Amino acid sequence: MGRLFAIEVIYRGIFQKTLGTRLTRGVVLAAHHDGKVGISFGRYGDSPERNGIPAKSFAIVASDQQTLEEGMAKYEPKEVDVTIAVDDTLCKGVESWAWYGLQPVNKLLKPGGTLIVTSLEKPEALLEMAHRKDAPYQLAIIRGKPSFSGLWVYKDDHTDVRILGALAKILPDLFSLKSVQKTIVEEWKNPVKAESAARSYERLTTTTVKPNQGNPEVPYKFDLPKWHEMGEGIAIPCIPKGGAVQDPTSLASGGFRPDRNPTFKKYTTRTMRPVVNFDTCIKCTLCWLHCPDSCFDVTPEGLYDANMLACCGCGVCEAVCPVKDCVTMVNEAEFANNDSQWEDWRKSKDTYKVWLEGKIKTREVRSHGFRYRGQYDEQVPEMLEIAKQG
Amino acid sequence: MATATVVEEQRGIEKTALITGSEAIAVACKLADVDVITAYPIRPYDTVMQYVAKLVSNGEMDCEYIVAEGEHSQFEIVKHACACGARVFCGSSGVGWMYAMEALTVTPALRVPLVCMVGNRALDDPGAFGVEHNDALAVRDLGWQLVWVDSAQEALDTALIAYRVSEDRRIFLPCAISCDGAFLTHSQALVKIPSQEKVNEFLPRYNRADLLLHPDNPITVAPQGNEDWVMEIRRQNYAAMERVSDVLREAYADFEHIFGRSYGNPFFEEYQTQDADVVLMGMGTLSTPVKVAIRQMRKEGKKVGFVRMRWFRPFAAEQLAKSLQRFKAVGVIDRDYSFGSPYMSGVLTNDVRTALYSAPGPKPPVLGFIAGLGGREVTVPDVEKVTECVYEAAQGKKQPLTRWIGLRE
Repeated sequence: MGRLFAIEVIYRGIFQKTLGTRLTRGVVLAAHHDGKVGISFGRYGDSPERNGIPAKSFAIVASDQQTLEEGMAKYEPKEVDVTIAVDDTLCKGVESWAWYGLQPVNKLLKPGGTLIVTSLEKPEALLEMAHRKDAPYQLAIIRGKPSFSGLWVYKDDHTDVRILGALAKILPDLFSLKSVQKTIVEEWKNPVKAESAARSYERLTTTTVKPNQGNPEVPYKFDLPKWHEMGEGIAIPCIPKGGAVQDPTSLASGGFRPDRNPTFKKYTTRTMRPVVNFDTCIKCTLCWLHCPDSCFDVTPEGLYDANMLACCGCGVCEAVCPVKDCVTMVNEAEFANNDSQWEDWRKSKDTYKVWLEGKIKTREVRSHGFRYRGQYDEQVPEMLEIAKQG
Repeated sequence: MATATVVEEQRGIEKTALITGSEAIAVACKLADVDVITAYPIRPYDTVMQYVAKLVSNGEMDCEYIVAEGEHSQFEIVKHACACGARVFCGSSGVGWMYAMEALTVTPALRVPLVCMVGNRALDDPGAFGVEHNDALAVRDLGWQLVWVDSAQEALDTALIAYRVSEDRRIFLPCAISCDGAFLTHSQALVKIPSQEKVNEFLPRYNRADLLLHPDNPITVAPQGNEDWVMEIRRQNYAAMERVSDVLREAYADFEHIFGRSYGNPFFEEYQTQDADVVLMGMGTLSTPVKVAIRQMRKEGKKVGFVRMRWFRPFAAEQLAKSLQRFKAVGVIDRDYSFGSPYMSGVLTNDVRTALYSAPGPKPPVLGFIAGLGGREVTVPDVEKVTECVYEAAQGKKQPLTRWIGLRE
């Protein structure tokens, strides 16, 4: 029996789809230069992709065709040698829209395997988000802002080749740096990118994550029913309507909080979330009205609270709010829980104000996709500069 | 953005590319210089549509590319184009294929050699798009040639063979090439792409001959008929389908001679059957977990083999029966269902039983297994469970004739 390698790329759907495919194709092509065979595929159930919903793509590589068959005709491998998360907020876990429950970012990772994350954060910050694993693994950070492209236009900021270069260092049995560079020149015809790969290879450092180091939360999961336990006719009962909201301080009841889907909590679908200034809100209702996922609960006094059970961080609320700095999208890594902001504000307006201003001031600007002309011309040089500094 | 990457050229003759089964078929269309391609999006077949569109827009392929307003029109357009002498390609999946059913029925009746790709997909409802074989199987009685491939390489090669056989004047029957959704349509593997020169050697130009719709050939096609005519017309299709086997054998032999790739027996692949006690059967990419499981079981001393049907129509009954009669029991894995059929078995199981029933000689028990519906993986433990049951039957113990595998029950 030969050697079988599996690499997974966890990415934000749509915005990082091309990045995910480039990475897994790059792995197979580079390995092929080292005499191996392989396949590259996206996780089928993740498609059609939704904006920002976590998705996966895989590269399975083997020393020979027969060994490769061990990894074929599957939706996803049972375990991987390396997990690549191209958005650091994915460390909170993976809740694909097709699978029930929360899958920790390191779930498939073999003991001793490596988790590669694109991030400007330090390892400690990432480990606050990543669930504990009962085996040790390595953590490698490729310094940089997570790379989001538009649906049709790829933002070529060298994230792909920096990760491939790092892989050559982490799994030298998989492929050599030379093979990576050969692939980069053949596939993307860009010798500068081959340089980036080499630099990434040279600079790579990893930290060991001990068993039970990380987020202690037990990720939620659901058991699927047996065939005879299911209703007939593919008919599904609706989610109950929902009800009033209770004020945590005055205990007054009013407003409306719709019930949400109990099996798809969307906590991990966000790369950023809105923070709301309830003091300056003029109750125009536009955020509530325009939210594509009906995230806003109406409070007893008629304010609007973005419910983190439903929010996928699209940013429409920020875009439509007419009051300056009333709704601000903030990097999801800044938040350790999914508590109601309105309830926190009601408990202590002063504490909330300090917290809010802190979040807005220190936030790392994130955007989805391609939103204005010249955006890539600004962002790519910035990323290349970060890459150069290492 | 390029979807195929050239990584090596072997003596300037063949290139290797990392492509999906769908893209492999698109490449075959380009090599076959297809004239008219109609398209209508439905997952998972639509990957072919996208790859062809890229080839056309990149100037790599010169063909009429028409996006129809639905699958019915999609298949009607190519049928007519083919009747006018164009080499055509089409494709669909699941209920899209079903939406074209009127066109699909008439295509073989009119002796139209349409080559198409079915990206096997579960039939809605529910709206699943994982692999199930019922879509392609729906036309099994109508005069379509049906073949299942299990690798991107086989998809490319079979597409070229399909054009050669279908467009042979002795045949003039359509061919549907089935590619498992996801595992074949959406998985990129390393494929050898033959050179244009070799393809030209293998594949003659399409010649519609006496049936060409053209002012210089004054014929009228498909008038109304009555009970005086239908039986004889059907009998002609029967004869054409009878001729397919020999033409297929010729084509595969020529393929091996020109491209240097041999598929052995065209109709089904045999894996480790020489000394097997029991044998499993199936179609499509479930061959991969089956072969992996067989290698593991052989290490444990179990002598299991596998027969993978490629050509489902025409069904090589005599040849298959002769092969299967060597074994003590047969387990057929159906990635399809046939509610209300004899013993509620799947489609392949029923055809295998029929083949054995009418063949002289031993009749080993044939157990049917329904697995992998809606794209559920057929796993190695599933295959081991199937084999366990087949061994029981081989020892003369009573076993249910149909069993569901991998079901939550």
